[in-house]
This record gives sequence, C-alpha cells and structure tokens, in this order.
Amino acid sequence: MKLLAMDTSTLVMGVAVFDLETKRVLGEVITNLHNNHSVRLMPTIEQLLTELDLSLDDLHALAVTSGPGSYTGIRIGVTTAKTMAWARELPLYSESSLTVLAMNGIRFDGLVVPLFDARRRRVYSGVFAAKDGEMTEVLPQQVVPVESWLEQIKALEKPVLFLGDDVERFRQTIEEYLGERASFGIGPENLPRPSHLAWAAYQKWSNHEPPEHADFAPNYLQLTEAEANWLKKHGKEEGENG
Amino acid sequence: MNMQRETLILGIETSCDETSAAVVRGGTELLSNVISSQMDVHRKFGGVVPEVASRRHVERITIIVQKALEEAGVGRNELDAVAVTQGPGLVGALLIGVSAAKALAFSLGKPLVPVHHIAGHIYANHLIKPLSFPLVALVVSGGHTELIYMKGHNQFERLGKTRDDAAGEAFDKVARLMKLPYPGGPQIDRLALEGKPSYPLPRAWLESDSLDFSFSGLKSAVLNLVHNANQRKEEIHYADLAASFQDAVLDVLVEKAMLAVKKTGVNQLLLAGGVSANSGLRVRLSKRCKEEKIDLRIPPLELCTDNAAMIAAAGTYQFLDGHYADLTLNADANLPLIG
Ligand SMILES: Nc1ncnc2c1ncn2[C@@H]1O[C@H](COP(=O)(O)OP(=O)(O)OP(=O)(O)O)[C@@H](O)[C@H]1O
Ligand SMILES: [Mg+2]
Repeated sequence: MKLLAMDTSTLVMGVAVFDLETKRVLGEVITNLHNNHSVRLMPTIEQLLTELDLSLDDLHALAVTSGPGSYTGIRIGVTTAKTMAWARELPLYSESSLTVLAMNGIRFDGLVVPLFDARRRRVYSGVFAAKDGEMTEVLPQQVVPVESWLEQIKALEKPVLFLGDDVERFRQTIEEYLGERASFGIGPENLPRPSHLAWAAYQKWSNHEPPEHADFAPNYLQLTEAEANWLKKHGKEEGENG
Repeated sequence: MNMQRETLILGIETSCDETSAAVVRGGTELLSNVISSQMDVHRKFGGVVPEVASRRHVERITIIVQKALEEAGVGRNELDAVAVTQGPGLVGALLIGVSAAKALAFSLGKPLVPVHHIAGHIYANHLIKPLSFPLVALVVSGGHTELIYMKGHNQFERLGKTRDDAAGEAFDKVARLMKLPYPGGPQIDRLALEGKPSYPLPRAWLESDSLDFSFSGLKSAVLNLVHNANQRKEEIHYADLAASFQDAVLDVLVEKAMLAVKKTGVNQLLLAGGVSANSGLRVRLSKRCKEEKIDLRIPPLELCTDNAAMIAAAGTYQFLDGHYADLTLNADANLPLIG
C-alpha cells in the first residue's frame, strides 16, 4: 500500500513514494531547476517507481500540491495527479504548497512563515505554528504586499522562521521589520519536500478524510489579472450608477 | 484493415477555449465527442484570455474525459491509444491536454499519440465520409489559412499559406471594429446575409499563380473606411460593410482553392477549420465545385470548430503508423504541420 506524491507548484519539482503501512518514506526526488516540469514530471514518476521496483498496482493513493505558486506549474501537477487518480481509481489528497514548505519548520519553537515571490513586492504566504505534530495556520494563506505582511507578523511578537528560496529577496526588509526575531531557513530547509506532502496526505487518508473529486482545481489564491481588472471596472461602474 | 476497424482512440483537445474529449472507432466512427465550451466565460473580455482558459481547462478536463468514455460506452482499458493536440495553440491551454494525456497513457499502459491541431481539422471530414486521396484541403481557422495537399494518410504538403493574418483572425478583427460581440466570425456571417457588397474593398491576389494569402491589407482598408466615415460623420451601413468584407475574403479563398485543385489535378477538396462554418463560403465553394465537378467535403457545423473527435480521427492514422511520443512530450504553441 503505497502513496505517490507530486509537487510542481514552484521551481521545485518533487516526487515521493510513501508506504502507508510502515509509514516510511521509500523514495524522494527533488530538483530545483528552472526547467520544464511538463517534460520531466511523468518520466520522474516512472523512474522512481521503477527504482523502487513498484508497479502502478502497488499504489493506493495519490497526493498533489494545490498551489499557490506558478500557475502553469500547479496545473501540470493537478492535471497529472487527478488524471492518474481517475484512471487508476485511486483517492487523491491535496495540500497547500505553503503548508508543505512550512512543514520544514515543524521543530521550530515559534512562528513559521513560508513564502513565494508573487511579484510586484507581494508574496504568497501564511503564518504557521506547529501543534501536535501538525502545522496549523496562525494567519491565513494569502497573496499580500510584503510590507503589510511583515507588519502583521511583527504584531504577533514571536520568533519567526522564514522558509523558501525567495526569502532571500526580501531578507533586508524582513530584518528591518523583525530584527532579532527573524531567523532564516538554510538551503535544504528552503525546498518543499514531497515526502512532507505525502505525510500530510497520509494523515488525511488515515483520518478517512474525503478525497478530491474529478473537478478538483488549484487554489491560486488570486484571480486572473483579466478577471480582477474586469471586476474593478465593473465595480466602479456600479458605484457610479448607485 | 481489420485492425483499423477495431482501433479505439481517445482524443483530447485543449488548444484554445474548448475542453474536449472524444472516442473514435476505426478512424471514422464517432462514438462520443464531448465539448465544454468557454465561450461565455471569455465573451465579457472580448476575446480568449489565456490564463482564464487554462484555469477552466484544468477544472473540466477529468470530467470531460470521463464523460467521453461513458457516452461511448467504452472502458478505459479497451482503448488502443490516447491522442492529444500537441500544438499549435495557447501553450498553457495545450499543457492541460498534454499533461492529462500523458498521465492517462502512463496509467493505462497505452501508447501516447501527439496530433497537430490542423491535421485534426482536416480529419474532421473523415468522420463523415472517408477521405479519398489525393486531395487538397483549404484550412481556414482563427490561426490558420492554408492550402494543404495530401497524397495519403499523415502526408501533408503545404501549397500555400497566409503571409499575415489568418482568415478567421481577419473576421474577428473586423467584427471588433464594427463593435460586434466576440467571436466575430459568425456575427459578420449573419450580418452579411442582410447586406449587399456595395463597398469597394481590395482583394490580395499576390503574384499570379501564388497560392499564398494576405488579409492584413483588407483589414486596414476596412479600418480606413470606418475611420474616414466617422470623420466625415457619414453613416456606415454595417450589413453592407459586412457583406463587402466577407465577399472580399471569400473571392480569394474560393479562387485560390480552385487554383490549387487545378494545379494538383486532384478530385477532392476539403474544407476545414472554424471559418468553414461560414455560410457564404459553403454556398460559393459548393457552387464552384459543382461546376468543376470536384468532390467537395465540408464538415457539419459541430465538427468545424475545435473538438476532440477530429484529434482522435487524425490520431488513429498516426497510431497505425506507429508515431508515438514518450512521456517527455511537451506542448508546442508553434508546432509546424510539416516538419
Ligand atoms: N460563420 C463564420 N464565419 C466566419 N468565421 C467564422 C464563422 N464561425 C466561426 N468563425 C471563425 O472561426 C474561428 C474559430 O475557428 P477555430 O476554432 O477553428 O480556430 P482556432 O481554433 O481559434 O484557431 P486554430 O484552429 O487555427 O488554432 C474564429 O476566428 C471565428 O470567428
Ligand atoms: Mg481550431
């Protein structure tokens, strides 16, 4: 009884196989490349299964990150995972890519803040804290201007661990706001691990949580630009009329 | 031959704003063709927004594939192969179909067959009546205007193509100029029926004997006409303008298609792509082909626009020729039909 987990939400592509009975991670592949996930995801899955001497029949569940991150990347993972789930009649579990990254800080005593650059001085982020071996949300995941985000984090008055390769871009600003209270993940802690995704999915599976349906869609955390602009314009017109 | 009768191919198409999956048997028999159109989603933006399209595709894809097999009454393990549009199209949209097809092929242990979108449009005709070679195909869609010569299955030779805008693109741009809602092609078609081609507009014949097309001059001429009329505060008769524009496009399309048929000496002319829904084009080509005793094939309206059945049909012959892709297959927004 194995679970296959895949994550293509960011530059990091991760694939892991987890044993649902022994609760052991059997294998994990991570790359951190600006390279096409579309080309490499399926061959990586195939290769990992082959190396572990597993066939598709050994799989009992699947897991995928639902975003946020790169729109195209997330869709490659979600489409692949839910198609496999349907074709093999397997339950599919999803987890936020921020939660998966936050799990690297599960032993940290304080707040854990994973983040991905969302451009224009904004970040995809959330504030987490470890509780009973799980990451729980202290502030909800959102796309937010980095300064106002740091303002909110500062108000929590706790030590904070920042995680993710993109943190480096905001390091100076973070230190300006939080000073000594901020600490930063080291290289390996900054990559989301697919085995953590597998672990999160294993917990859902063992708690008999309902799996995702065929219409499962990513959680981008924000509207498309076209929709946002349309709403802005539309809202304005309504305001003018009223 | 026997094998061909039995072949069961699942087709997947997500190159633009239609999420579609279909099952075709023996290359010609349409068992299902499920199409989820996003037209309503994009209308308020005045055109297809790629990111919006991709988001809708990912949401719908699995359900559509499931429906296609259900409606066909075919079990997923009975399939011989999974065919998918590799390109051309919107890359983010194509990626959904390609990712799904790869996952499906891997999960079911079936061959993965990449298909060119325009080959698909041509093979739409094959679902009605088998193609008879050699033939010439006039491909007119939102992104293409081409004359293709085919000696046999999977053999595509280009006789000519547009040097600038595609015919469908010209329809859509002119429609926008006339403030018609998206998509403009059908709107102009409808309006043209009520008007007379009274505005003089240019036809780009290019070099005598050329089988290439050009529509950007025509588009500019319409733009100037509208602009000048506005400046002089003259009223434009939109139905007449639509009729004049359509006439100019059709003159060139029909004459070049007939020239291609003559030059190659074939007996069959195929019409393919979204613009083949145009009623004027259908009438005029039918008339000319009847006069010249050419066997004209026009797909029914529901097979003119993007659909997965045409991809499954074209994919059948790629499959029979052993043109498989491995799991590294990627979407290609600019995939050429002729390599
Ligand atoms: N009745 C019609 N008259 C003229 N044009 C039409 C008609 N119906 C549809 N079209 C045009 O056909 C085009 C859509 O066709 P289709 O869906 O095949 O193109 P596409 O998929 O966008 O492009 P491509 O197939 O080249 O990638 C649009 O430009 C549309 O305006
Ligand atoms: Mg098309």
